[in-house]
Amino acid sequence: MVPDVISVDRIRCDGHGLCAELLPELIDLDDWGYPLLGGGHVPYHLRDHAKRAVAACPVQALRLQAGVKTAGPGRKA
Amino acid sequence: MLHRKPGLLDGPPFAAGAESLAAHHGRLGLLPARRDRLELVATVEASGLQGRGGAGFPVGRKWRTVAERARGHAVVLANGAEGEPLSAKDRTLMAARPHLVLDGALLAADAVGADRIVLYVGEEHHTAAAALDRALGERRREFGRRAHLVQAPVGYVSGEETAAVHYVNEADARPTTTPPRPFQAGVGGRATLVQNVESLALTALIARFGDDWYRAAGRGSTAGSALVTVSGPVPYPGVREIELGTTVGEVAAAAGHLREPLEAVLVGGYFGAWAPIEEAWHAALDPAAMRAAGLAFGCGVVGFLPREVCGVTATARILRYMAAASSGQCGPCVFGLAAVAEATTRLATGAAFRDDLDRLNRWCGQLAGRGACRHPDGAGGLLQSALSVFGAEFAAHQWQRRCKHGNLLRKAA
Ligand SMILES: Cc1cc2nc3c(=O)[nH]c(=O)nc-3n(C[C@H](O)[C@H](O)[C@H](O)COP(=O)(O)O)c2cc1C
Ligand code: SF4
Ligand code: SF4
Repeated sequence: MVPDVISVDRIRCDGHGLCAELLPELIDLDDWGYPLLGGGHVPYHLRDHAKRAVAACPVQALRLQAGVKTAGPGRKA
Repeated sequence: MLHRKPGLLDGPPFAAGAESLAAHHGRLGLLPARRDRLELVATVEASGLQGRGGAGFPVGRKWRTVAERARGHAVVLANGAEGEPLSAKDRTLMAARPHLVLDGALLAADAVGADRIVLYVGEEHHTAAAALDRALGERRREFGRRAHLVQAPVGYVSGEETAAVHYVNEADARPTTTPPRPFQAGVGGRATLVQNVESLALTALIARFGDDWYRAAGRGSTAGSALVTVSGPVPYPGVREIELGTTVGEVAAAAGHLREPLEAVLVGGYFGAWAPIEEAWHAALDPAAMRAAGLAFGCGVVGFLPREVCGVTATARILRYMAAASSGQCGPCVFGLAAVAEATTRLATGAAFRDDLDRLNRWCGQLAGRGACRHPDGAGGLLQSALSVFGAEFAAHQWQRRCKHGNLLRKAA
């Protein structure tokens, strides 16, 4: 099974850091309080925690996507 | 059949100004009259042509993706923003060979099914904009009302694809969150092909002479030719055309004899990487080979750094530029780029805090993928290469407050 992916809208996010408190297993904060998500893959047992973090973000910057890869021309630049 | 291989910059000298339509047709002939969409896409795919705006994505594959979504109402955005300070190849091409760029835009529009063409040109590139405007005037019947010129605001980020679309749509040249990417919903909400002007111009030659003609050039693993911009202590800096696989040393030789011993070379521009000159000299400017070596061909910048110039100082200057160029929307880009620029500047000027080098090492891995666009990725990659190529100098600046010439660094005034 392809795991869900948690991602953040970087323009929306204003570094409240709440997500890292609710999902410390997956989210770290940088020196300025913005989330570090690594690959963002959410293991099955953390799905509910991830959903809670998504719901708690005060600016709706977090998104949980079902585990499918989207294809398109060049991720880069 | 042409016997000599025509290049993008063949023909009259640049100083003669923009090539007229008559001269362009006289030299290269007309575009093929019957242009089948799928055939065009297949030819460009077969050529192996990769994008020249920096990312090197296969052009044909992008055309196919947009064509599949467009249903005849796509938009082609020819990207001539060229905000990269060390690059001049796009403005040179647009100014000297505007009809090649227009040919390419027309072919792309036919291939993807677009009824609108936007020529997005950096507002500081006056000669280029004037040449394209005049060239469009020469081809009114062919283009009708479907093409128009939009001047991109000055700035590194204005040329990023979502920023370009945003500017055309709402006069705001800041990147937007993806998805949607432009090929999904771009100008006017329509599927939009954003393509660098050099990439487009190359398709104008490929459509005339064939994909095998294009593939015949190239010495290494990547076929074809490309424009590069050479800078540094050489008598003849500027734009030239190379066969892919040409070595850095050959590019230096073509730019005249070096006036000073070199330390390093910046390949790919501010989004690229430093390479030590001894290693780089025989390295091939070949996108595939460079990728494998952790470098990037990018937009074709080859910037030589003289031995006299401190790599830490040169890196600090670039990072300050990148930090100032941020569109100011994403925290990790705003704060992260400012922080790495400031720490590198403190190191360069002998004013380092005791943990600056440690923090640079940590921060540099935290930039990629942290913004809405890849601006922070570019800065992170450049810093990573600086920390490795100029590692000893960074350390000396941190611990001995000395530069490599043994000079004690003074605190910046
Ligand atoms: C910060 C940033 C700035 C960019 N500036 C330019 C530019 O000035 N010109 C350009 O062609 N591409 C630029 N790009 C790349 C574009 O997003 C896009 O990938 C390119 O125009 C696609 O054309 P190509 O596939 O022919 O290279 C930039 C990308 C980033 C992340
Ligand atoms: S909770 Fe939302 S705004 Fe706060 S850091 Fe996390 S994603 Fe950003
Ligand atoms: S990553 Fe930086 S340049 Fe890109 S949109 Fe965000 S703030 Fe702007």
